[in-house]
Amino acid sequence: MSTIALAPSVQASIERPGKLVLVLRYLRRNKGLAVGLLILFGLVAFTVIGLLTVNTKNAYPLSVALKKPPSWKYPFGTDFFGRDLLAAMVVGMWQTAFIGVLAGGLGTFIGVVLGFTSAYFGGWIDGTIRTVCQVLAPIPVLLIQVVIAGSLDKRDVTIVTMALIVVLLAWMGPTLVIRAQVLTMKERQFVAVAKLSGVGDLGIIFKEILPCLLPFIAAAFVAQVFVAVFAAFYLAVLGLGPLREPLLGNIIWAAQSQGAIFNGWWWWPIIPSIAMILILGSLALINMGLDELANPRVRRTE
Amino acid sequence: MQARTIPTGKNHQECSVTLRFIIRRLVFLVLVIWAASTIVFFIPRLSNRNALRERFGELARTGGFSPADLEKIIASMQQQFGLDRPLLEQYWQYLHNVVRFDFGYSLYRYPSTVSDLIAQSLPWTIGLLLVSTILSFIIGNLLGGISAWPRAPRWMRSIATPFVLLTGVPPVIMAILLLFFIGFKLKWLPLGGAYSVGQVPNLSWGFALDLLRHQILPALSLILGSVGGWVLSMRGMGITIQGEDYVNFAEHKGLTAGRIFRDYYMRNALLPQVTGFALALGTVVTSAIIVEGLFGLPGIGTMLNLAIRANDFPTIYGIVLFITIAVAVLMTIVEFLYPLLDPRVRQS
Repeated sequence: MSTIALAPSVQASIERPGKLVLVLRYLRRNKGLAVGLLILFGLVAFTVIGLLTVNTKNAYPLSVALKKPPSWKYPFGTDFFGRDLLAAMVVGMWQTAFIGVLAGGLGTFIGVVLGFTSAYFGGWIDGTIRTVCQVLAPIPVLLIQVVIAGSLDKRDVTIVTMALIVVLLAWMGPTLVIRAQVLTMKERQFVAVAKLSGVGDLGIIFKEILPCLLPFIAAAFVAQVFVAVFAAFYLAVLGLGPLREPLLGNIIWAAQSQGAIFNGWWWWPIIPSIAMILILGSLALINMGLDELANPRVRRTE
Repeated sequence: MQARTIPTGKNHQECSVTLRFIIRRLVFLVLVIWAASTIVFFIPRLSNRNALRERFGELARTGGFSPADLEKIIASMQQQFGLDRPLLEQYWQYLHNVVRFDFGYSLYRYPSTVSDLIAQSLPWTIGLLLVSTILSFIIGNLLGGISAWPRAPRWMRSIATPFVLLTGVPPVIMAILLLFFIGFKLKWLPLGGAYSVGQVPNLSWGFALDLLRHQILPALSLILGSVGGWVLSMRGMGITIQGEDYVNFAEHKGLTAGRIFRDYYMRNALLPQVTGFALALGTVVTSAIIVEGLFGLPGIGTMLNLAIRANDFPTIYGIVLFITIAVAVLMTIVEFLYPLLDPRVRQS
């Protein structure tokens, strides 16, 4: 640890602006990240304010007048089953966020653990984990998730099971990303120095390598949230979601089953679609922005 | 055209390397197919759902036979399908069947097998996929290449930006938006189906035109949904390529900009994109499935949609497994083609 002690004294001699200023200055350069965060912030605000002010009971069937186009009373209109789409959006957005964060978090966690074990210990452990990831990689994950969700009893499908189904086959990506990063970290000098000065395996993993990997883990997390949100949406659009819940994909599935566009109830499928575009778009922008933050090489070429 | 010089004296060692590469890929392919089949075999058996019971329970409710008969029917059916035998024996039999593309019978359209249903709907899906994938690959790579090419005019470089913004929009949502704006609001194109109601499939120009008009929106949503990804990755490739020595050399040799762009810049940047193409196949197929379902084209996606709605489990599993195998095989083929395209891979 004595080698690191030099660094702060060198840094102290240079006048550094405050953290907030630095973050804002960086965001001005990394416009994608800024726009993505802004949209995400707007969506979170919409959901939180909505949960506090809108009657969430109206998000379920038979609670309001049927098939009303957007008006002052129902800004997003109501659907064939008597759901207020504003309330449905608020609840659906919250559920989408829940699935995304739960599945994304779990997937990233599994990925980080497996990636570290694989890269740090090497040998047959590495071989096994890598082979499993490589064999599973070409299999279209969404279709296997269709099989899993289709095999479940409809009553067992809830928001939480959705998240678990999604995470079941979504840990390979982060595992490979983290593994590759740990492999390059492992050879760096500061790790060798730490090893020589007698730091244990866990100490090296948690104190030396993990902090350096935080931007990558953050990027992997955002990517996983994207994957999870998209997978849950895909399953729901196919009619495999928890049908009672106003999950965004479910609303589109219901609209499609009733031939909403044929019948001219355009707001019914369009509003959840726009919500989904905003969610996925902001996540994609944030992911790209974080990539730029984590990979100086990408930053230089832009 | 320096890339075209093919080494004539292929020595023995090179041959064995190629052979080993082919064998390794084939073993991997078998491993992938085995893994997918195993997952699709065991997942349904872990759940407590009994497809036969559900289907016949449904039939019994609509009238016909008594609950006592129901049990008898289910028992005899289970015996016929071998569902009463030990699990490992079933598994072995199942793997045998998968190798022969035998996925059993459809529960909903009983006398026809799942393979029949797939064979019926496959041409539609292949047509849609072929056209949209090739078009989006070409358009995306061209736009991506131009957007990173420093000598391209400014307006040409900025053309790519709107397509990059599309990367966040999955084809499903693109399909809904296109349906609404072009199909419903502007009424330019039909809202769904393979051909107009009342048309009888025949070999006339009128019918072909009608067919084509119904294919435009699905193809367009697939293209718009996937083109952004190609633009992005191609732009990344282009940026790294343009600093390479051989591009500089070509410039100093005084070659025309068009020649450098075509033969030195695009050709080399395109190679990794072919690998990306293999990797993207799975995503492309999964999005095609859902877009088909949305437009009601009679392809595999609609078949899967109907099967999910009807709880027709053998069909769901059969279609999923078939697509998985097809994607894995196609990926392997692309990987085999790769050394033919890139002499550097062939020689190393």
